[in-house]
Formats: sequence, C-alpha cells, structure tokens
Amino acid sequence: MREGERDPGLYGFRPWRDRPAIEWPDGKKVAVWVSPNLEFYEIDPPKNPHRTSWPRVHPDVVGYGHRDYGNRVAHWRMAEVMSKHGFPGSVSLSVSMCQHMPEIVADADARGWEFFSHGIYNTRYSYGMDEAQERAIIEDSIRTVREATGQTIKGWLAPALTHTPRTLDLIAEYGLTYTCDLYHDDRPNPVEVKSGRLISMPYSLEVNDHYGFFVYNMSPREYADTLIRQYDRLAEEGGTVMCIPLHAYLIGQPHRIGPFEEVLRHIAADGRAWITRSGDIADHFLSTGGYEAAEADCARYAKEDRA
Amino acid sequence: MTLDPGYLEYPMRRKGMDHDLYSWSNIAERAPLALPGGAKVAVAPLVSLEWFPIVPGEAPFRAPGHMQTAYPDYRHYTAREYGTRVGFYRLLDAFAKVGAKATIAVNSAIAERYSTIIADILAAGHEIVAHATDMDATIDSTVPEDRERAMIVAARDTLAQAMGSAPKGWMSIARQQSWNTPRLLVEEGFGYCLDWVNDDLPYVQTTSAGPLVAVPYNHELSDRQVIVVQQHSAESYVEQMKDAHAWLSSEAAPRVLPLHLTPYVMGLPFRMGAFEGLLEWLAAQPGTVFATAGELAAALPGEDA
Repeated sequence: MREGERDPGLYGFRPWRDRPAIEWPDGKKVAVWVSPNLEFYEIDPPKNPHRTSWPRVHPDVVGYGHRDYGNRVAHWRMAEVMSKHGFPGSVSLSVSMCQHMPEIVADADARGWEFFSHGIYNTRYSYGMDEAQERAIIEDSIRTVREATGQTIKGWLAPALTHTPRTLDLIAEYGLTYTCDLYHDDRPNPVEVKSGRLISMPYSLEVNDHYGFFVYNMSPREYADTLIRQYDRLAEEGGTVMCIPLHAYLIGQPHRIGPFEEVLRHIAADGRAWITRSGDIADHFLSTGGYEAAEADCARYAKEDRA
Repeated sequence: MTLDPGYLEYPMRRKGMDHDLYSWSNIAERAPLALPGGAKVAVAPLVSLEWFPIVPGEAPFRAPGHMQTAYPDYRHYTAREYGTRVGFYRLLDAFAKVGAKATIAVNSAIAERYSTIIADILAAGHEIVAHATDMDATIDSTVPEDRERAMIVAARDTLAQAMGSAPKGWMSIARQQSWNTPRLLVEEGFGYCLDWVNDDLPYVQTTSAGPLVAVPYNHELSDRQVIVVQQHSAESYVEQMKDAHAWLSSEAAPRVLPLHLTPYVMGLPFRMGAFEGLLEWLAAQPGTVFATAGELAAALPGEDA
C-alpha cells in the first residue's frame, strides 16, 4: 500500500454494474464458504501501546472465560452442524492453537477443513511491528500450520484485524494468494502489492456472528434470517462470494446453534451454492482468468492522473 | 515506535491453558453429570440480590447497574430497590408455582438491612450463595489480598449469622476476580464458585489451597445480557431460552440450562408473565429438573465435598 497517503491505493475502483462474468463450478451462482475462527486469547498478554487487549478489567475473567467456552464446549456443536450439512470450514486460525489445543486443530483437519493464519494469538497485535517482527509472525504461521496439518497456508486474516502498512506486501511475498482483511466488495478482487498475485477474498464483518450479536444486537433467529437474506440476494445476483464468519463461543451457544443450523439447511437445499473453502475459491479465481479480467475491468475506470 | 522484542515471545505457548487454574477439557469426552432421576437437562435459576449504595464508594470498577447520574441518583437507586422489594418477590412466587428451587446470590448488605428477605428465601427452600458485601465490592488485580480476604470473610460471616450456617458457594460482583480469588475462597471455606462462564457443566479448578468447583452460569443466557445489553424483549428472551433447552436436551449427555436473573429487570410487570410462562413450559418438559448450584457441584462425577 502507499504508506502515509490519504488513498492507500489498496485496489482499483470498479462499480458493481457491468462486471465481467465469474463462472463458479457447475454453474453455481454464489460461492459459499464458512470461516470458523479457532482462536486463543491469552489471559495476561503483554501490552501493545496501540491497543489494549482486555480493556474492561484485569484479569478479565468473563471475557477470557467467554472465549474459552468456544474451545471446551462450543467447537463441537459448530463443527458438527457444519459437517452434517456438508459445509467444510476455512479456519481463521490462531496458530498457537496447534500447541494449546491440538485436539481441536486435528478435529478440523480430519473434517477436511482448510487453515489460514489469524496470527499467533488474538491478543498479539500487529500495530507497531517492524518488518522483521512481522516477517517472524508470517514465518511462524506458515511453519506451525505446516507442521501440525501438512497444509501450506494460502490466506491471511490479521490477528484481531490489526495491520501494518506493509502486511499485504509481505504476505504476497511469502506466496499467500488471498487476504480476508479487505471489505470493499462481494467478489474477489486484485490487491495492489509489490510482488506476487494477491486477491481480496470476501470475508464479512456485517454478517460475522460477532457483529450480528454484539454490534447489531440481533437475536439468534434474527441473525439466522439475516444470513438467509444475505445468501438469497447474493445467489440471485450471481458471480458472488458469501462468507459466514463464525466464532464457536458465539454461534455455539445453546440458544443460537439451533437457528443457525436452519441457515445451513436452507443453503444446502437451495441448489445455487457452490459450498466450498476460501482457498478453493482463490484457486478457481486465479486459474480461470478472474484476476486478469478484474484488472482489465479496473483499468477501464482508472484515472491517468492517479499515483 | 517499534514494539519491544518481548512482544514476540510466548512463554505460555504450550499444551492446554496459559494459566494453572484449570485444565483444558473437551465436553464431549467427560463422564456424564449425575442428574436426579436420570434427567437430561437441569434448569438452574440464579437470582442476583444486590444492594447499591447511593453514594458509590471507591472500587476498581463500577458494577453493572450502579449509579449513573450525579449524586443523588434517585432514579437508579430506587429502580434497584424496586428489584429487591417487588421484583424479587414476583420471582419467588413464580418459582414456588412450579416447584423450582433457585440459587440466590446475596450481597451481605441485604442480610444486614432486610432480614425478612433472608427468612423468606430460606422458608421457600432456596439456596443462598455469598455475593460479596455490596455492589461496591468489586475485585480485580489491583485489590490488595488482605482487603479482598476481609471482604470475603465479612460477606461469609454476615450471611452465616443471618442464615444459621455459612454459605458454601460464592459469586463475585460481575463475576470478576483477582488472581487470588480462587485460593482465598478455598481458604475461607467455600466449595464452589459461580464466576466462570467457560463451560456448560461444573468442573474442578485447582488452587494452592485445594480444589474449587466452578459452576458456570453463562452470562450470555442472563436477562441482563439478553434484555438490557442486547435490548431484546422478554418474549424474545423466552424464545431463546426455549431454543437453548431444545438444543441441550438433544445432546447426548446431561446438560445444564442456567437462567441468571436480575429482579429489577425480569421482575417488572410487563415482563413477568413471559417469564412465568417460560418456567411453566420448562417444568412441563420431559427429562427436565430444576437444580441449584450446590446440587450441580455435587452432581460432578467423582467429586467429594
């Protein structure tokens, strides 16, 4: 990105209308991927001067216990309804989960889920990292996931959504093909990086379970209805990507998991969804000319005086 | 601007937890809870019975529900008192109607000020657990150990005098602890604690003074969270609790549905009917019993004390 500039130049502009067609496999209209966040939050992490990890109180017994609920109770509920309805996960992984709770990582791996990095811990922020420090967490992520699962990560969602101005350039340099950190579109797009090819993979804040329950204060049934409306619209428009980002400690609560299962039932029965993983979407997009078509589309609108 | 190099060191990166208070455990791999009559779901009502001083004292943090305007905050002080003198009694009547026994988490200030309430709780057969002294008695890592211990002892002893025996369970204000709280509770004779929200079932925590049973009361299922924080209606709360019961009763092993209640929230005239309907519905569900925190702690497999 263009550090320090008012327009950071992350991606090119293109309006929603008149887009080149994206063909998903088997004529499906919308690629649906589910992103369980398998996270570890430390009870007493060191301070980052740019962000306080537990701002309420120290130690934050309720905040910490709430998240731990996901790793001792709710993961299994979430994982089982996903598998029951044919939805593999693309895991946004705190890679230290491979050390802390290898049983959960192994369960996800056995289900055929894909892993991408969500940093080491969700309480260690990227803000203020120098280049060597940021390279260290990227290398740690690649190594740790490979050792635990045999997979080579292709994607990145920054730890607690914290970034430096060089994050995207670095992950592209290490060969990652998609970032989940940009929210500007319902389709994949090229990201401007110094080397490699990096795409923005639609993740979602707006239908993330954290936003649904704690920003918009939805009831479990309202959240389920919201996901269904999101799906129906994106399937109708076509060539789209729908992500359902989840946290077991939220969606796996006993009052929420039942309504959520109805969402998966709806999507699975509908017939318009390519139910898949984020890495498969990236591979398809990159291998079928999607990247080049999007670049050409952006070029139509590029101003000559830009940059 | 550059971060301290220690920021990328992870001394607690190891199997299990990053603390020594309890071990990681997969709920699906535990021995089943021994509920009475082979029940599938234990519904565990918990009522917070709180006293809020109108002059807020010094505290590491302000308790939820505390005074909010400049002194004197008549509206919040009297609205909280409404919970104690009116709302709480509607809850007691609702429990009696369906034969439910609840756990009442009591600030010891209630016992000092309103001994009638303690007598009414005991006469109805409910359990009392200690809930600090009053709503200024919050705890965090800044509270000196001797001051925290003195508060725990004062709450225990005041309630013991009113009840005729010492309470065995504890709940902190806003469920918040210091690093010392679990050990201090064991040292002062408590056997179980209701502060942690990390599980659906009771489990054992370890302190240097001996074990402490954690009996989780999920804050996400509390009326404070659903109605006050997330601003859902009482009818939506009822729907959510029914959905929770449906899910829990479908799981393979016995489960607990905690209902954490705040008298000045649920005990209002326009909400009480919905809650009474929920209790009647729960009481009618097959394989469902009501249980107190003490009963849940005792139902833990392999647990003595």
